[in-house]
Amino acid sequence: MGIKWDEILITGDPIILGSQIAILLTTLGIIGGLTYLKKWTWLWREWITTVDHKRIGIMYIVAAVLMFFRGGMDGLMMKAQTSRPEMSFLDAQHYNEVFTAHGVIMILFMAMPFLIGLMNVVIPLQIGARDVAFPQLNALSFWLFFSGAMLFNIAFVVGGAPDAGWTSYFPLAGKEFSPGIGNNYYAISLQIAGLGTLMTGINFIVTILKMRTKGMTLMRMPMFTWTTLITSVIIVAAFPIFTVALALMTFDRLYGTHFFTVAAGGSDMLWANLFWLWGHPEVYIVILPAFGMFSEIISTFSRKQLYGYKSMVVSIVAIAVLSMLVWVHHFYTMGSGALVNSFFSITTMMIAVPTGVKMFNWLFTMRKGRIKMTTAMLWSLAFVPNFVIGGVTGVMLAMGAADYQYHNTLFLVAHFHYVLIPGVVFAVFAGLYYWWPKMFGFMLNEKLGKWHFWLFVIGFNVTFMPMFFLGLNGAVRRAYTFSAESGFAPLFLLSAIGSVILAAGFAVFCYNIYWSIRYADRNISSDPWDARTLEWATASPVQHYNFAKLPEVKSLDAFWYMKKDNEGLTLKDEEIEEIHMPSNSGLPFLMCVAFGIVGFFLIFEWHLLAAISAVLIIAGLIYRSFDYNDGYHIHKDEIKKTEGAWRKMEGKVNNHVS
Amino acid sequence: MSANVNTSLPLEYQTEQSRMNILGFWIFLGAEIVLFATLFSVYGVLYKNYAGGPTHQDIFMIKEVMIQTVLLLTSSFTMGVAIWEMRRNNKKGLIGWFILTLLLGAGFLFMEINEFIHYVHEGATMQTSAFLSSLFVLLGTHGAHVTFGIFWATMVIIQIAKRGLTPVTARKTFIIGLYWHFLDVVWIFIFTFVYLKGMVL
Repeated sequence: MGIKWDEILITGDPIILGSQIAILLTTLGIIGGLTYLKKWTWLWREWITTVDHKRIGIMYIVAAVLMFFRGGMDGLMMKAQTSRPEMSFLDAQHYNEVFTAHGVIMILFMAMPFLIGLMNVVIPLQIGARDVAFPQLNALSFWLFFSGAMLFNIAFVVGGAPDAGWTSYFPLAGKEFSPGIGNNYYAISLQIAGLGTLMTGINFIVTILKMRTKGMTLMRMPMFTWTTLITSVIIVAAFPIFTVALALMTFDRLYGTHFFTVAAGGSDMLWANLFWLWGHPEVYIVILPAFGMFSEIISTFSRKQLYGYKSMVVSIVAIAVLSMLVWVHHFYTMGSGALVNSFFSITTMMIAVPTGVKMFNWLFTMRKGRIKMTTAMLWSLAFVPNFVIGGVTGVMLAMGAADYQYHNTLFLVAHFHYVLIPGVVFAVFAGLYYWWPKMFGFMLNEKLGKWHFWLFVIGFNVTFMPMFFLGLNGAVRRAYTFSAESGFAPLFLLSAIGSVILAAGFAVFCYNIYWSIRYADRNISSDPWDARTLEWATASPVQHYNFAKLPEVKSLDAFWYMKKDNEGLTLKDEEIEEIHMPSNSGLPFLMCVAFGIVGFFLIFEWHLLAAISAVLIIAGLIYRSFDYNDGYHIHKDEIKKTEGAWRKMEGKVNNHVS
Repeated sequence: MSANVNTSLPLEYQTEQSRMNILGFWIFLGAEIVLFATLFSVYGVLYKNYAGGPTHQDIFMIKEVMIQTVLLLTSSFTMGVAIWEMRRNNKKGLIGWFILTLLLGAGFLFMEINEFIHYVHEGATMQTSAFLSSLFVLLGTHGAHVTFGIFWATMVIIQIAKRGLTPVTARKTFIIGLYWHFLDVVWIFIFTFVYLKGMVL
C-alpha cells in the first residue's frame, strides 16, 4: 500500500519541531506523573469509564479549555505574522495551516464541547433528573468527540496539517489542488467527532422530553433547558448534512469520485451549499445554549424572574427555523442572481428580529433588578453591547448587494468574532464561573475573575475592532502578509497588541483555576449565588445520584419558590428509597481508540489496515448488543449518610451573595 | 428507572427505559431522513452530469430492479408479521418471520451487488462521472444500511432465542422493525426518483 515512512513525521520547521518536543515532554510528564502518583486505576475507574453526566461534562470542559489553548496559540501566531508588513515568521503555506486549525478547533473542538460540557453538567440537574436518557451513549459521544479532536490535533506533526480553511472549499480542498493527506484529516476526524455530536443531540432531546421531574411542564423549564432542547433539534436536523458532505469529500479524495471536482461533471459549489446548510445552523447550535446561560445568569443576579419568558421561547424556536433558511448568505458572490440573493438577504435580516427580542428581554430583566456584579454577571453585561456590534455588522453583511464589497475581507472576520466571542466565549466563561461551585464545591476566585474579565474584554475589542476598518479598507482575510504601501500596518499592529492582552486574560483565567483549586474556601453553601433553578437544590459537588428525592415543580424558577415558601427543601428518612444507577463501562473509551485507529489508517489511505481494524468497531458493537448489564441500586443507608453530610453542614457555611 | 413496569402496554413499551429508547430511535430516524434527503439532493443536482459516460438508459436493468423492489417490499410485510407474532407472544413465529425477512433482505442485497458488478462491466464506475458517483453513493448507502440491518438483526435473533421474549428483547426487535420499514420507504424513493425517473425522463 505504499507507506512512505519518511513522510509520516513532519520535519524541517523549527516551530513544528518545538511543538513535537513539547508534545513528547507533556505526554511523558502525564504518564510519569500518573505512574508516580499511582493514579492509573483512579483515572480508569473514576473518569475514563464513567457514565455520570456530571463527570462527562467536566471532561468535555477540560478538553475544551485545552483546545482553547491550542486554538488561541494558532490565533497568536497569525497575529504575530501580520503584526508588521512583510513579516517572515510564518510562510504562506504554514499560515494557511494555522488559520485552518484555528477555525476548526475553535468552533468544533472548543465552543461545541465547552457548551455540551456545561449542558451535560447542568441540564439533568435543572430538570430534576438523575442522569441523561442514555448514559452510556453519552460517554460514547464524549469519547468520539475526543477521538476526532485528537486525530485533528496531531495532523500538524504527523502527516501534514489541513490547509484549505475551516470551510475547506472545493476545488482547493480536492485531491487535484491539495494532494497531501492534510485534508483527509479534516474529512475523517470531523466525521468521527460529528457522530458523537449527533448522539448528544438525540440524547438531550429524549432526556428533556421524557425525564423532567413531576410538575415541570415545557413552559416551566428553565431557559437553558429550553435552548438546549432547541439546539439538540438543530443538531439532529443539521449534522447529517455535514456527515454526507464529509463522506462525499472522503470519497472524492480517497476513491476518486466526482462530487465536487471540476472535471467529470462535479460541482464545487455543491460543497459550499452542503457545508453551509450545516454550517449556518451550526452557528446557532453554539449560540443558543449560550443565550440560555446568559438568561439564567442575568435572572439570578438581577434577582428577578426572566422578563418575557414566553417571547424568549418563541424567539429561540423562530431562530431555529430561520437558521435553516439563510445558508446562501455565505456566498452571495456565487452569482445565483438577484432573486435568490434577495430571498436570503431577507431571511438573514429576519433573524435579527427574534434576536433583538431576546436582547430587550435581557435588558428588561435587569431593569429595576438588584444587580449583583459577580464575574459571571460581568460577562453577561459585556455580552450585550459587544454582541450588538456583531449583530449590527451582521445585518450590514446580510445585504446581498453590499456584501460584494465586504466579502472575503477582514470586515467579515471581525463580524463573526464579534458574534462568536461575546456570544459563545463570554457565555462559557460566565457559565463556568457560575456553575463551577456546583461542579466542584468551591468557587473560582472573584478578584482574579475580574482581572480575567477586564483583560479579556479589552483585549478582545482592541484585537477585533481594528479589523472592521482594515476590512473596509480592503484587507482580505486569509492573506499571510501585506505590503507597507497598503497603509494597513498601524491597525494590524494595534490588533496584534490587542491579541496579547486577550492572551493575558486567558492566562489569568488558567491561573485562577490553579489558585482556586489550591486555596479557595471549601466551606461554601450548596447555593452560593441564591439562585433560582433546581440544580442548586442539591449538594455541591453534586452527589452521583443527583437527588435523593426528586423535586416537585410548581412554577418557573422552582427552587426560588421552594426557598421562599420553605417547601420541599427537607428530606425525611421515610422518603428515602433505593436508587437505580447505570454501571460504568470501558466500552466507550475502547470505541474511541478503535475509531481513532481506523480513522488514522483512512487518513493515510492505508485501506487494507483500515478495513482490518474496522473489525474492532464491529466487535465493540456486538459486545454492546449482548451487554445486559442492568446497573445497580444504591442502598438507603448510603443515601442517608450522603444526604446527612451536606444537609447538616448547610447551617454554618459561607454564603457568597454579597 | 427500570423499576416502574406498566404491564398494560405492549411488551416493548413496558419500561420507561424502553419508551425512551424507542423515542430516541425515532429521532435517530429523523436524522437518517435528513441524511438520505441530502443524498437525494446531491443526486438531484448531479444526475444529468454524464461527462460523456453512460446515461441512465444505458445501464439500468428494469427487470432486476423490479425483482429487488418486490423482495424488499415483501420483507417489510414479513417484518410486520414478525412484530405481530411478537405481540401475540409467539416466540417461534417471531423468529421464523424474522429470519424470512432477513433472507429476503439478503436476496435484495445479492441482486444489488450483481447490479453494481454489471454496471462496472458496462464501464460505469463510481469514478466515471458525477452522475455515477452520486448514483453509487446513494444506492450504496442504502445497501450498506440493509447490510448493517441484517447483521444487527442476527444479533437480536440470537438474543431472542437465548432469552425469550422479555421487555428488552421485545424492544430491540421493535426498533429493528422501525429501521427495516424505514429502509423500505427510502427504497420507494430510490425506485421512483432514480429508476423510474431515469428510465422515463
